Amino acid sequence: MSRPRSQAEYLARLVPPSVAGLNRRSLLAGASGAGALLGTGLLAGCGDSDSGSGGDAKNVSLGSNQSDPKPKDVVAKVMDGFKTSSGVTVDINTVDHNTFQENINNYLQGKPDDVFTWFAGYRMRFFAAKGLAGDLSDVWGKLDGYSDAFKKASTGDDGKQYFVPASYYPWAVFYRKSVWQQRGYEVPKTLDDLNTLGAQMKKDGLNPIAFADKDGWPAMGTFDILNLRINGYQFHIDLMAGKEAWTSDKVKKVFDTWAGLLPLHQPDSLGRTWQEAAQSLQQKKSGMYLLGLFVGQQFSGADLEDLDFFTFPEVDSTIGAKALDAPIDGYMMARKPKSKDAAQKLLTYLGSKEAADITVKNDPSTLVANSGADTGAYTALQKKAAELVGSATEIAQFLDRDTRPDFASTVMIPALQQFIKDPKDISGLLTSVENQKKSIFTS
Amino acid sequence: MSDLPLIQADRAVPPPAATTTNGGRGRRLRLLSRTDRVVVTLMVLVPLLLVTGLVWLPAVATVLLSGTNWDGIGPISEIEWVGAKNYDDVVNIYPPFVPAVQNNLLWLAALFVVATPIGMFLAVLLDKELRGSRFYQTALYLPVVLSLALIGFIWQLIYSRDQGLLNGVFGGETDWYGDPNVNIWAVLVAAGWRHVGYIMLLYLAGLKGVDPSLREAAAVDGSSETSTFFRVVFPVMRPINIIVLVVTVIESLRAFDLVWVINKGRNGLELISALVTQNVVGEASRIGFGSALATIMLAVSLVFITIYLWTVMREDKR
Repeated sequence: MSRPRSQAEYLARLVPPSVAGLNRRSLLAGASGAGALLGTGLLAGCGDSDSGSGGDAKNVSLGSNQSDPKPKDVVAKVMDGFKTSSGVTVDINTVDHNTFQENINNYLQGKPDDVFTWFAGYRMRFFAAKGLAGDLSDVWGKLDGYSDAFKKASTGDDGKQYFVPASYYPWAVFYRKSVWQQRGYEVPKTLDDLNTLGAQMKKDGLNPIAFADKDGWPAMGTFDILNLRINGYQFHIDLMAGKEAWTSDKVKKVFDTWAGLLPLHQPDSLGRTWQEAAQSLQQKKSGMYLLGLFVGQQFSGADLEDLDFFTFPEVDSTIGAKALDAPIDGYMMARKPKSKDAAQKLLTYLGSKEAADITVKNDPSTLVANSGADTGAYTALQKKAAELVGSATEIAQFLDRDTRPDFASTVMIPALQQFIKDPKDISGLLTSVENQKKSIFTS
Repeated sequence: MSDLPLIQADRAVPPPAATTTNGGRGRRLRLLSRTDRVVVTLMVLVPLLLVTGLVWLPAVATVLLSGTNWDGIGPISEIEWVGAKNYDDVVNIYPPFVPAVQNNLLWLAALFVVATPIGMFLAVLLDKELRGSRFYQTALYLPVVLSLALIGFIWQLIYSRDQGLLNGVFGGETDWYGDPNVNIWAVLVAAGWRHVGYIMLLYLAGLKGVDPSLREAAAVDGSSETSTFFRVVFPVMRPINIIVLVVTVIESLRAFDLVWVINKGRNGLELISALVTQNVVGEASRIGFGSALATIMLAVSLVFITIYLWTVMREDKR
């Protein structure tokens, strides 16, 4: 489940599978399960036959999920750059972002492209552990300009690297400078400051914190940041990996704190999309909004220049406020690329300063992962975001990328929505989450 | 294929008893020409293969998969059998299941008690040949023709809390899609809107087929409009009534698209079909668990299908 990057993509996503060409009856009969069963079995069987490793291949294929015009264009430009520098042609197969993600299991078990776009996080490590992705330790030997945090985020459970980061965006609390100057608000440093500020905003007739969770994922950002602030990075990651109990007092404290903040959030969030919440910030009806950098898509011109952010304030002084969610997008290699050599060459290039430079020049809405890139063309907001992530001690990938996708979508989304609906019964909710977690993680 | 063999076949067809006598391999069976036999074989085989391949195999596979914990990764040989665990989980620790069943029942009740009668009523009105009935007919049927994505979008424009038409006009603050106590009713209005048009058209077609002399006879006997409808027309339309009933039940069981368009069947809009999709399709790939949900749905559908077939077959025997 990814964040829609534009209104158009959001609308496209409203098309249900039944309309988008999937036969509804077969869907309901669970036939898709059976189809997947037959399909993957056969494909997995014949996937082994093409394990050639041509020495000097003249082309390499790339499976891309960058289906929006802008990012698609950037990918094409980067691949042109690769062709110029190496003489190897890249065949780009672009698939709709959402479709790509939903079909990833079948895709990887069939005949995937030599190199494909993916995200850092649990799912990346999972594919690596299942042997569905190629080892990139050699490539990493040739890369420079990456902080340890990025290397850590690219490493599988076996200590080898399986991922080359390309771009990322941080989650932070966004606000409009003009509104804050006019009212004399100051960036809160602690949870108490935030509460005081929220109360003041309420008095001034603003929604203190814009909030939307109709699509289920935005509330995950709130949970993540609270858990990171209250219990720290390691606990958060262990909790996501199913190693910690959801019924523990530590998790209860996260939800208790959140329940305390809920009155400051925009009410009736379950019927609102993030775009609508972002617009309430843009229209100066809300004071601040915790979201990813992509919130800027709802702003333009002078409004965009008026946008600023701060990292979520400290809750526990022993934990600090240095960790944050900053999902990383990048590239992985198929387990058996047609030409391993060419694929690795491409990945080395994708991780290079040159590739990052092309991205910076052509796309103002992301941050590039390579610190060696020439970031002179960044906007003020981009520069500040890069600094924020650069100073982070640990980087989490967002709940749905840090844990099993089935747990995130079928357990956490309903659970968080239930919490927002009825914040009183926290222990009942957490018991239910823990029961489902045990069943999913032990299967 | 030319018409010629068919014409020959017509001439050649013996009295029905000829083919049913034993020793059918004999001379008389050859009265069916070679082409006939090929056609008959194909006409039996093709639908049989389609039904087996597209309905029965997936259905059986679903039931089998519901006993496993397959996640869509790895060969079939690695699938692990977990018995009834998925069913146990569905019933005991899966919070959306109970609301989903309730919502499916509510859906059935709402369509049956409200939408279907309104559709029938509108059909009766339109059958009176009012001025501009073509226009009303088109207007009422339009929702059935529109794609669901568009319907979802239209209602989003109406129901959106901050920017929607409804709250804009009446100045309310009702969170039509977000409040779990309200959204199911909001969706039912949208579903009913579509269902009414569908039923109206079906019923109108049936009404047009009613012999006018029946009504005239009733009128001559001094029957009022209402009692003519209930005592004469309605009973005569029994076959259509059964179809309308079946359509209503099917529509409420397979209800899926609207809630999926709105919020993927979460937060008050749970339906069994949406839960199946959430679990099976997409990255989640809880195929075993999702199959268990699908099997439950299949079992529920079978109850209605059995009742329907039983009624129809009993009808045929008469």
